[in-house]
Amino acid sequence: MSHTGPSGNGAGAVLHLDNVTRVHGQGAAEVQALRGVDLKVHPGEFVAVMGPSGSGKSTLLTLAGGLDTPSTGQVLVEGVALGGLSRKRLAEVRRRSVGYVFQDYNLIPALTAAENISLPRELDGLSTRAARREALAALEELGIRELADRFPDDMSGGQQQRVAIARALIGDRRLVLADEPTGALDSTTGEAVLAVLRARCDAGAAAMMVTHEARHAAWADRVVFLRDGRMVDESASQDAGSLLVAAAANAKGPVGE
Amino acid sequence: MSIRHGLLALLDQGPRYGYQLRTEFEARTGATWPLNVGQVYTTLSRLERDGLVVPAGEDDEGHQFYAATDAGRAELRAWFDTPVPRTNPPRDELAIKLAMAVTVPGVDVPAVVQGQRRHSIKALQDYTRLKARALAGESRPGGAGEPGSDLAWLLVLEQLIFQTEAEVRWLDHCETRLAKHAEVEQARAAEARSDDSPPAPTRFGRRRSKA
Repeated sequence: MSHTGPSGNGAGAVLHLDNVTRVHGQGAAEVQALRGVDLKVHPGEFVAVMGPSGSGKSTLLTLAGGLDTPSTGQVLVEGVALGGLSRKRLAEVRRRSVGYVFQDYNLIPALTAAENISLPRELDGLSTRAARREALAALEELGIRELADRFPDDMSGGQQQRVAIARALIGDRRLVLADEPTGALDSTTGEAVLAVLRARCDAGAAAMMVTHEARHAAWADRVVFLRDGRMVDESASQDAGSLLVAAAANAKGPVGE
Repeated sequence: MSIRHGLLALLDQGPRYGYQLRTEFEARTGATWPLNVGQVYTTLSRLERDGLVVPAGEDDEGHQFYAATDAGRAELRAWFDTPVPRTNPPRDELAIKLAMAVTVPGVDVPAVVQGQRRHSIKALQDYTRLKARALAGESRPGGAGEPGSDLAWLLVLEQLIFQTEAEVRWLDHCETRLAKHAEVEQARAAEARSDDSPPAPTRFGRRRSKA
């Protein structure tokens, strides 16, 4: 698959993790969370990150979202190195270019679902009315339009999770980052959410999702594996149409009666 | 896999000829288990021998039709009413391979696990794409969309997805199990040797660096 897009320092990548490391603590308590990871996510691409607990998955995601700073190496979002930005500019990039789905949702308890979702757009300068319209459309896309005026405390975990996803998808975010976005959802609802993420990527966005479920990771174009802070493996999907044809060709003779 | 019962199920809906049976079987299973027309005829002749189907005439083009008998319909009901036996688990090449790998010297077992997982995830990705297409009502291998056959194909596809996912989870578990085993073995080896030579790494697990 060839990716073309606006070229920048990341050669068209929406997200470029350029040999990043992250060390927590010092001396004897030093923990190397990431030991040199190189990863590019291009427009239209959906990448899943898998790996055992403590492998560095979540650290990778927080670095990509500009919520944490690498010890060495750099993070580029749409060709812009986050390390060189002022706090104000960084906040702007995070708000305009990056949609982030937190594992624990991080909804603002004093705001309704629609207000939680429209807040970043209002900060972008949109009118309250226009922002609400977008928020309702996002809720609709996730099948929870009826939750618009409910507060987080009155919602189930699964409902809050979907509101958090709607918030990450609103506006024209070029990069969606999601930490276990289907954790609180049953398998059919989880699948619907993955289909929404998939559709966003097919429409040109880039997404990176941390998950420990292979069935969910399988919605991505690429699945990368982390172990002990390193990318140890990667699998990319081939064209699906060829799969069963290949299966038929490889069939070891007739199936038994 | 019971082609016998699959063909009986199709004939239960009315007389059909060999090639038609093959096409309809594959339409319901998305060509997941490709069937050659020779197998269809062999199976039909056995079904006929057992009194479960009878020849039911030819059409103008010379197609030989078959129809289910009462005994055939009873056999089919019994099949639907009886659980598929789990008492003799089908031979699983991967389980056999790993069982052998841990006993044969010189095999890099973690590499076997990792290579298989990469392969299985890829298959899972491909099945998931086919499923997304099926849900979007797009075409699939195997052809003609008859009523119900889309649902049948989706169920078959999801069975493949769940089965592959189970395999990946089992492989993750194997990896952890191997690493634990390696740690225990190293500790035991270190204890047995009261001299101060360093413990040799075992081949069961990469030694885990602290993270």
